Amino acid sequence: MADIVLDQVTKRFPDGALAADKISLDIADGEFVILVGPSGCGKSTTLNMIAGLEDITEGELRIGGEVVNDKAPKDRDIAMVFQSYALYPHMTVRENMGFALKLARQPQSVIDDKVNEAARILDLTQHLHRKPANLSGGQRQRVAMGRAIVRDPAAFLMDEPLSNLDAKLRVQMRTEVSRLQRRLGTTMVYVTHDQTEAMTLGDRVAVMRNGVLQQVGTPQELYDRPDNLFVAGFIGSPAMNFMLATIDAGTMRTPLGETPVSGRLRQALDHANAPRELIIGIRPESFEDAALVPADARQNGIAFRATIDVLESMGSDVYVYFSKEIERGVDAAELAELARDSGRADTGGSGDTVVARIDTATRIREGDDAELWADLRSMHVFDPANGRNIALDLAGRGEHP
Amino acid sequence: MARPDTGKRIGWAAANTIAVVLTLIPVLWIVSLSFKTPAAITDASFWPSQWTWSNYSGILQTSQFIEPLLNSIGIGLIATVIAVLLASMAAYAVARLEFPGKQVLIGMALLIAMFPAISLVTPMFSIERALGLFNTWPGLIIPYVAFGLPLGIYILSAFFREIPWELEKAAKMDGATPFQAFTKVIAPLAAPGMVTTAILVFLFCWNEFLFAISFTSTIGARTAPAALAFFSGSSQFTSPTGPIAAAAVVITIPIIIFVLFFQRRIVAGLTSGAVKG
Repeated sequence: MADIVLDQVTKRFPDGALAADKISLDIADGEFVILVGPSGCGKSTTLNMIAGLEDITEGELRIGGEVVNDKAPKDRDIAMVFQSYALYPHMTVRENMGFALKLARQPQSVIDDKVNEAARILDLTQHLHRKPANLSGGQRQRVAMGRAIVRDPAAFLMDEPLSNLDAKLRVQMRTEVSRLQRRLGTTMVYVTHDQTEAMTLGDRVAVMRNGVLQQVGTPQELYDRPDNLFVAGFIGSPAMNFMLATIDAGTMRTPLGETPVSGRLRQALDHANAPRELIIGIRPESFEDAALVPADARQNGIAFRATIDVLESMGSDVYVYFSKEIERGVDAAELAELARDSGRADTGGSGDTVVARIDTATRIREGDDAELWADLRSMHVFDPANGRNIALDLAGRGEHP
Repeated sequence: MARPDTGKRIGWAAANTIAVVLTLIPVLWIVSLSFKTPAAITDASFWPSQWTWSNYSGILQTSQFIEPLLNSIGIGLIATVIAVLLASMAAYAVARLEFPGKQVLIGMALLIAMFPAISLVTPMFSIERALGLFNTWPGLIIPYVAFGLPLGIYILSAFFREIPWELEKAAKMDGATPFQAFTKVIAPLAAPGMVTTAILVFLFCWNEFLFAISFTSTIGARTAPAALAFFSGSSQFTSPTGPIAAAAVVITIPIIIFVLFFQRRIVAGLTSGAVKG
């Protein structure tokens, strides 16, 4: 059991590439923290630095109050689960799980007890004599976890442990990991590129991009109050819709229509010395079929007409996709990266598509020219130059403009 | 997919048959010679009209063949063990570590492998004489190791590169020192590679003739291929063709057994199950 403190931890590779830039993160004892970000954001490097598999260029790493920068992995008392599981193929499940204890010269009886206990927790008892090659993906994954838990380490590090599983098993194991962590009460740092995993698993989530820590908070905090454009776009599925808006004489002109600028927003904009052109972000669930919005609620948002390109009925929700000329002139690096990361850039899907989640009671059909409504109370406003969430600065991280 | 057309199949079959026959005829010829009586050696018939074991019993009764055979086995095994041990460590470094001079090391290894042995015989002869290694086992073991190493490093580094690096990281996290990670995780997984290397190095030592004949003077250190060249006939006017053929067959048999025995183990596949796949 131990807390992990990263103090301005920096990793610079010999070729000059900066993989992690002054990462500062306090992970409390017993906490479950997720490092999330698109590939190449430095999250795995950060995890490897905690593990001791990568050297720390600058900064300090403390585990349980002790500086461990120069300690070998084996002296840090941490266990790690790898994306590929990295099971020893020439050893049985029992030998795999007991390997660390054997290296630590524990008596065989202790090893057997601990392995049996871990196997019981992970439901692997009947597979102990088998070799990894004869196990299914889910079983291999559990062996990898078992190898970590038999050691009863100060902290677990997990590097995308579920990404090699198929979708159904992944959801199942996600619950399993969560339950295991709660049961063991061990500090856990978990790396993933999957924002759903991050949102569902962690006590706190740390979003990274290009080696820089963007924001740390509970999943709900990140969702409700993203610090910047990147976090806003990364967290949430389907992703937040971004569009360009112009402020002109007390009116905000958006692709959806025009709306007066509220007092709070104007204050925030003045305070932030914001440009006249802004990026606004609206989550899919902030939209609704205008026909289903009570008349007295309508004033909180903006109604507009759009041609529905695609309608997906998920049973509990209906997603509608429509096009608006929304990103003209915006070329924030964050947006480009988000598009790349979500694969939108590759599939050739236009960045102009807006996703809205509406009530299943809707009568809208595909191809309709429907009237939709967007709730602007939960709108986010970003500065296109640096991606900062402008409205947050003044709203005191509480209310939205 | 359509079957390749018949003409092509016949063409390939013919080419294969010719290749196999061309390879096997000399082998069969030497087997045949080894069973012929001295008088029948020159009778120009492919199969002996009268089969005899006398060539075999002759060579197996003389220390002129038995001792070199033991030398061959001893020198070959020792050189193979040393070469595989050193090569596995060197290959591991080449495959896994970044160190200054790595490219130079690889280049040097390649250079040694490329060097024509004949150009080295004279200087090495002088060196061995000066060091007192001439006509000793180490006098052959050392050059065999030197020439076996480049080959070993090449084969093994390819094998080590195939082993997922995460296994090693996992071993480190499990508390293994780099040496333990190597001996307990990496080396067992590279076993097929080590066997392959061992076979090839042993074959090289077993068949080597130039050094064996140059650096030895008595049957104390002479290996079997070199000893064959010193066979003499029953009188100084008879050529020892029969005994040489018999000895050649005898030294070929262990190699055939060796290769057949390990053939399956050479096939990699031990790493399956380490990672998703």
